[in-house]
Amino acid sequence: MSKIEIKNIYKIFGPQPDQVLSMVQNGAGKEQVLEETGHTVGLDNVSLSIEEGEIFVCMGLSGSGKSTLIRHINRLIDPTAGQVLVNDVDVLSLDEKEILEFRKKTMSMVFQRFGLFPHKTIIENVAYGLEIQEVPESQRKEIAQGQIDAVGLQGFENQYPAQLSGGMQQRVGLARALATDPQILLMDEAFSALDPLIRSEMQTQLVDLQSKLKKTIVFITHDLDESLKLGDHIGILNGGRLVQVGRPEDIILNPADDYVKAFVKDVNRSKVLRAKTVMTKIDKFDASSINPSSTYKYDEDTFIEELIPKVLKDRSTIEVIDKTGSTTGYISSNELSEALTKTK
Amino acid sequence: MIRKILTYFTFPIFFVWLLVISYNSSKRKPDSVMELFTDLSWLYDWPKWLDIPLMKWINDGFKVFNEKYGIYFEVINDFLLGAILSLKKFLIVLPWPVVIALVVAVVFFSSGRKIGTTVFVGFCTFFIGFLHPKFWDKAIETTSIMIIGIIICIIIGIPLGIAMSRNNKVRNAILPVLDLMQTIPSFCYLIPGIMLFGLGAVPAIIATVIYAVPPLVRLTDLGITLVDTEVIEAAEAFGASPKQKLLGVQLPLALPNIMQGINQCTMMALAMVVIASMIGTRGLGDEVLLGLQQLNVGKATEAGLAIVLLAIVLDRITQAYGKRIQDRNKPPE
Repeated sequence: MSKIEIKNIYKIFGPQPDQVLSMVQNGAGKEQVLEETGHTVGLDNVSLSIEEGEIFVCMGLSGSGKSTLIRHINRLIDPTAGQVLVNDVDVLSLDEKEILEFRKKTMSMVFQRFGLFPHKTIIENVAYGLEIQEVPESQRKEIAQGQIDAVGLQGFENQYPAQLSGGMQQRVGLARALATDPQILLMDEAFSALDPLIRSEMQTQLVDLQSKLKKTIVFITHDLDESLKLGDHIGILNGGRLVQVGRPEDIILNPADDYVKAFVKDVNRSKVLRAKTVMTKIDKFDASSINPSSTYKYDEDTFIEELIPKVLKDRSTIEVIDKTGSTTGYISSNELSEALTKTK
Repeated sequence: MIRKILTYFTFPIFFVWLLVISYNSSKRKPDSVMELFTDLSWLYDWPKWLDIPLMKWINDGFKVFNEKYGIYFEVINDFLLGAILSLKKFLIVLPWPVVIALVVAVVFFSSGRKIGTTVFVGFCTFFIGFLHPKFWDKAIETTSIMIIGIIICIIIGIPLGIAMSRNNKVRNAILPVLDLMQTIPSFCYLIPGIMLFGLGAVPAIIATVIYAVPPLVRLTDLGITLVDTEVIEAAEAFGASPKQKLLGVQLPLALPNIMQGINQCTMMALAMVVIASMIGTRGLGDEVLLGLQQLNVGKATEAGLAIVLLAIVLDRITQAYGKRIQDRNKPPE
């Protein structure tokens, strides 16, 4: 069973969304609806399922509805039609009190412009979720201190957010979100406001944290490189419609339409594709052509970026092995050149 | 469709009807149809029968109202008068150095230990007494009326501002009332005050509150509305209840604006207290009025200066606190 299940969500902004709904359900496009009724289509029949413990990246340009989508999961926004299930519970059926409990217990959120409380110190900010849950103060401080240490902000506890740089502020945002130990982490363009160097640093930090914590993370971004780096699965939104969902390799190798194609055009494939997706399986490979003296063994999850110099410079063949050490396939210059140029 | 026609035509028909009646009732009727348009003297006088007896209605209504509910106003009157008198007594009994020390201490801590502001305000306080020994007691009298007025303003204004920020219907209902309160000449507030509470300090307070509360309500509403939506969303995402959100996030972040509102409220209250000397409210305004009546320019100026000094003191105290919070909440560069 999936952790988060989104079923046929529609969201229409405007004074009378219910009246416009049937028009959208019958396939009217975003522009047409806006022209005829003055309503804006936020989400158009989006269905998703997100597994426990994965990073699901939701990608799209501004106005594609990705921020609207993430707010449906903790019901900061109510859909016009559709269903949202979290842990098999229909989020829309919860009443006002239950929804507050649900937000406290199951999830927290990280924001693009950090959303820190300017009137609270760093440690008070990090402890905010616990304060809402009415955890006693001493315990609250202890947990918050632990999170501050985890993101490397020791010594800044009693400063105010305005005194910190952007990258540090977002680490406070991350620490605040993790302090309540939520099952689900919603990250709304969390790194988009940071400069490139710090952004890449934060991405690495998130991947490291995730390997320990195994949270379910829904990450929103407009940056394809970021989504390829972080995502176990990626969903691409365009104009409120979900265009494609898949693993990073699927998106790169089999873009669903021109929109996705335009997106992936400039991607550095060697950083995304892994040995196992590129290799020719052992039973299909003509093993007689291999020169055993120039063969290297590599794990199947290696990015081909690492293999390129070996193959090109040493004219060698890569033997791909799985976790148990047995050979599953081979990569030679043929496979590489095909992987790096192939477009459908 | 019919409604549309009605709305378009009701007014012109009504207007023509008025013209016809005016013609019938006018004394100087033209001799011919031609003259009807060349000699317009039949339209010179505003038709007398068109007078709505609003004055009579209000006076009658007021009389009945006073007879029926007068007892409640007496209670309010006694309560307010008691509050003013005890505050005034307390402040007057205190030796003047203690009062100055108190003012200086309040400024020092509310401004975040700024020496310059503190010294300046302390000096201004001193100077009120230097102008004329009599002014010290008068200033205290004025201040105590203002303090009571401002407290009432805060009790009414801030919850009203919060209610407005939370509900658009409430806002749409209250905004025109605030506009009305700010456009009616401030003199007019004194009259119902006198009718209900007699002469003296209490009607002055009532007038002060009506006059000074609108900016506080507006700025409270504005302050809460202006809080960054992402910060509000953050609070909501952690499951904060509306009450936790209001007390923990919205009000603290709206505080600079609310303090600005209290500052405006104070300044307007001071202006009103001076005007209220017309209905026998004692205090610094009293001196200005006396100076005017006796054509004593020096006296009026002296009292005016004292009012300015008092205004500076009160302004600095209320502004310093707001500014300190604002500095802390400033977004990063």
